[in-house]
Amino acid sequence: MIHTVDAHSDNRVPFARRNLWSGILFGLGFVAFLDETLFHQLLHWHKFYDKSTVAVGLVSDGLFHAFSWFATVGGLFLVADLRRRNALWHKMWWGGKLLGGGAFQLYDGTIQHKLMRIHQIRYNVDILPYDLAWNISAAIMIAVGIGLIASAKRDKRVENGAFSNA
Amino acid sequence: MHDAHFPLTDLLFGIPALLAIGLYIGAVLLTNRSGRLRKWAWLRTVSFVAGVFIASAALVGPLARLSHADFTAHMAGHLLLGMLAPLLIALAAPMTLVLRTLNVHLARKLSRLLQSSFVGFFTHPFVASVLNIGGLWLLYTTNLYVAMQSNLLLHIIVHIHVFLAGYLFTISLVYIDPVFHRFSYPYRTVVFILALAGHGILSKFIYAYPPTGVPEEQARIGAMLMYYGGDAVDLLLIFILFKHWYQSVRLRKFASMVERAV
Repeated sequence: MIHTVDAHSDNRVPFARRNLWSGILFGLGFVAFLDETLFHQLLHWHKFYDKSTVAVGLVSDGLFHAFSWFATVGGLFLVADLRRRNALWHKMWWGGKLLGGGAFQLYDGTIQHKLMRIHQIRYNVDILPYDLAWNISAAIMIAVGIGLIASAKRDKRVENGAFSNA
Repeated sequence: MHDAHFPLTDLLFGIPALLAIGLYIGAVLLTNRSGRLRKWAWLRTVSFVAGVFIASAALVGPLARLSHADFTAHMAGHLLLGMLAPLLIALAAPMTLVLRTLNVHLARKLSRLLQSSFVGFFTHPFVASVLNIGGLWLLYTTNLYVAMQSNLLLHIIVHIHVFLAGYLFTISLVYIDPVFHRFSYPYRTVVFILALAGHGILSKFIYAYPPTGVPEEQARIGAMLMYYGGDAVDLLLIFILFKHWYQSVRLRKFASMVERAV
C-alpha cells in the first residue's frame, strides 16, 4: 500500500491505537447507516418492526441504533483529531473500518436477524441465499480488516527497526 | 378536548411565548449599548426566536388543533416542542444573556442559585434523561395519553413537562450557558447513548403496541416519525457535543505546548 511516507515525519506510530479505534467506530456506524438507508428506506426489504421480534431484540436494536450515530460522528471527529496531529494512518484506519463494519454486519446477520428475529433481510423470498451473501460478505470484511491491521503492525515494527530484512 | 378550550390554551401558551421573545430582544438591545460588553451574536437571537416559534407551533394554532385528533400530528408537535425547540433555545444562551443584563448584585444571587444542589440535581444528565425519556414512556405506555385528551389541566402539565424536560436534557448534555455542575465528555456520551436508545425502543414499542385510542395506522406513522425525527435532532446534538470535545482537547494541547515553551 502506501509506503512513501517517512516513518519519522509523522506521529502515526504513537497514535496507532487511536487510528484503529477511529476506523472500527466509523466502520460500525457506516454499515449501520447503509443498512438503514439502503435496506430500510430505498429497497424497503427490511421491516421497521417484525411481530416475531423477541423483547431483548428491541433493546439490542435500540442500543445499536443509538450507538451507531455516536460511532459515525465520533469516528469522524477522531479522524479530524488524527489529521491535526499529523497522525492519520490509512492502512490501520481502513483495517479498523473493515473489522468494525464486518463485525457489526455479522452480529446483525446472525444474532439480530436470526436469534432475536428483529426482521429478516427480505420477505416472501427464499431467505437462505440472502443470509449467506450477508454473512459471508461480513466474514470477508472481517478477514481483510484483520489482514490490513496485521500488515500495518508489521510496517510499524519495520519502522521501529525490529526487522532488518524489510 | 372541547374546542372551547382552545382560546384558553392559545392565550396561556401564546402570551408567555411573545413575552419571552420581547424580553430576549429587549435584553439584547439594552446590553449591546453598554460599551464594556461584546455585541451579542445575532445568530443567537435568531436561534431563540426560531426556537420559541417552533415550540409555539406545537401549542398554538393549526398543528395544536390537529394533534388532538391525529397521533401523527401529535408526534410532529412533540418533536418540535420536546427536541428541536429546546435545542434552538439552548443554543441562544438565554442564561448568559440574563446574567449580563442583571446588575452585579442580582447576577451574583442568580449564579448562587445555579450553583445550588437543587439545580445540580435537575441538570444531572441521568436525572434529566429519566425526566425526559421516562416521561415519554409514562405518557405513551399508560392511559395518560388518553386522559390528557379529555383533561385540560393534564394537557397543559404534560406539554409544559415535555418542553422543560427536553430543555433540561439538552443543557445537561451540551454546555452552551455557564454550567456549574459539569460532567466529563465520556460520562455525558454514555448517558446520551442510553437515552437515545430509550427513545428508539419506545418508538418501536408504540409501533407494535399503539397507545389506547390511537388507530394502528396513525400509531405506525407517528412511531416512525418519532424514530427518524428523533435521530435527526439527536444527530445535531451529538455533533455539538463531539465538536466541544474536539475543541477542548485542542486547548489542552496548546496549553501544554505553551508550558513547554516557558
